[in-house]
Amino acid sequence: MREIEYSEVVKAVKDMIMYSGTDLPQDTYDALKQAMEDEKSPVSKEVIRQILENADIAKDEKRPLCQDTGLAVFFVKVGDQVKIKGGLLKDAINEGTEQGYTEGYLRASTCEPFSRANLKDTVGYNLPAIIHFDLVAGDKIDIEYAAKGGGSENVSRARVFPPAAGKEGIIAYVKEVISDAGGNPCPPITIGVGIGGTFEKATISSKHALFRDIGSVNPDPEMAELEETILNEVNKLGIGAMGMGGTKTALAVHIESNPCHIASLPVSVNVQCHSSRHTHITL
Amino acid sequence: MATYNLTTPLSSEDTKMLKAGDTVFLSGTIFTARDAAHKRLVELIEKGEELPFDLEGSVIYFVGPTPPKPGDPIGSAGPTTSYRMDSYSPTMLKHGSKGMIGKGKRNQEVKDACVAYDGIYFGATGGAGALLGKQIKSAEVIAYPELGPEAVRKLEVEKFPVTVINDTYGNDLYQMGREQYEVKD
Repeated sequence: MREIEYSEVVKAVKDMIMYSGTDLPQDTYDALKQAMEDEKSPVSKEVIRQILENADIAKDEKRPLCQDTGLAVFFVKVGDQVKIKGGLLKDAINEGTEQGYTEGYLRASTCEPFSRANLKDTVGYNLPAIIHFDLVAGDKIDIEYAAKGGGSENVSRARVFPPAAGKEGIIAYVKEVISDAGGNPCPPITIGVGIGGTFEKATISSKHALFRDIGSVNPDPEMAELEETILNEVNKLGIGAMGMGGTKTALAVHIESNPCHIASLPVSVNVQCHSSRHTHITL
Repeated sequence: MATYNLTTPLSSEDTKMLKAGDTVFLSGTIFTARDAAHKRLVELIEKGEELPFDLEGSVIYFVGPTPPKPGDPIGSAGPTTSYRMDSYSPTMLKHGSKGMIGKGKRNQEVKDACVAYDGIYFGATGGAGALLGKQIKSAEVIAYPELGPEAVRKLEVEKFPVTVINDTYGNDLYQMGREQYEVKD
């Protein structure tokens, strides 16, 4: 049994949050650069230019990429041969989250659902983090982190279709969700689609799909083809960067598909804004 | 599509000159307010009480900035999604406000109020918080500090880049842009 110090996890999580807050991942940066070249609308082209300039400023001056520094979302794979020394893994992730948001001068956006009161104050508290645990074989802990902002999350949807809906139904549904969203989720976006499983499995899959690098190819050729079809269809909507009209509404569509019940076809769509802040580490 | 440099407060003469799709570099004083602050401001207007700032010709920025780093006036400060302010904006425009800065579409009532009261809805680039924060030269909380990032702030801005989305003639850049680039099968 391998032991990892509680404090090591706290530090790793804090570093991930601070880094993600200011440094746009290279895959996203490259995809935006390509989108700026391909975009036909001059207004949208200028918006993407501002987005890239913003990323340069944020990285160079260590300023938050966006004022909505999101809720902290983690996907954690815990090896069955690893033990945290000195506390619970969940507590360490939450402690690292609080430290990262405080020391990075990131906005705490967590509030009580009805009074809308901030649970502490404007900085230093963004708890609890949203953590999805998975138990796997091995002696490592694998942590994927994303800062999820409100604008893109608010347009996400899930629906359970009858099996007859098939691929055509899924394509039409994603188009409907993105068309209704318009410029609100800060396009150019990445679209995560979770298919199958149960209602909640599809939803979690649609979020996890957003962690895949833009430009990577789905290992399932059938899903790779469906991703390309949906991407083309969405880009025909004309929404463009920040909804100002254009040809590059989405940078990528990522699908995660799961086996499901014979009676159901659950589908979930989760949207990621252009400020795709995420990091992946293994301890 | 034209480019203008304008200084606040804005007059009806200023806003009537603008058309959806125009680029504007705003300078002068603007005020921040989001959901909770709008609720309080509109309650004050309805009760006939004094507001924490002069609404006449004002431009309201829908933003909840990050905390400033030591030595900076403000942190990152990009626009938030505007539809949450749709139920409040017509009242603000009716009582003298001339401009709003946010991102995302507005409802018909807001567009109608822009026509009726010479108001403009400006879009800023969502997520460009570091870039836009740099155009803010000073910031001061003038009301509701207990709301944290949602407090009302008085900002001094210089050449703050925005695009006209809804003008005083009922035009909507989001609809116009989309119609222009939509590919119909």
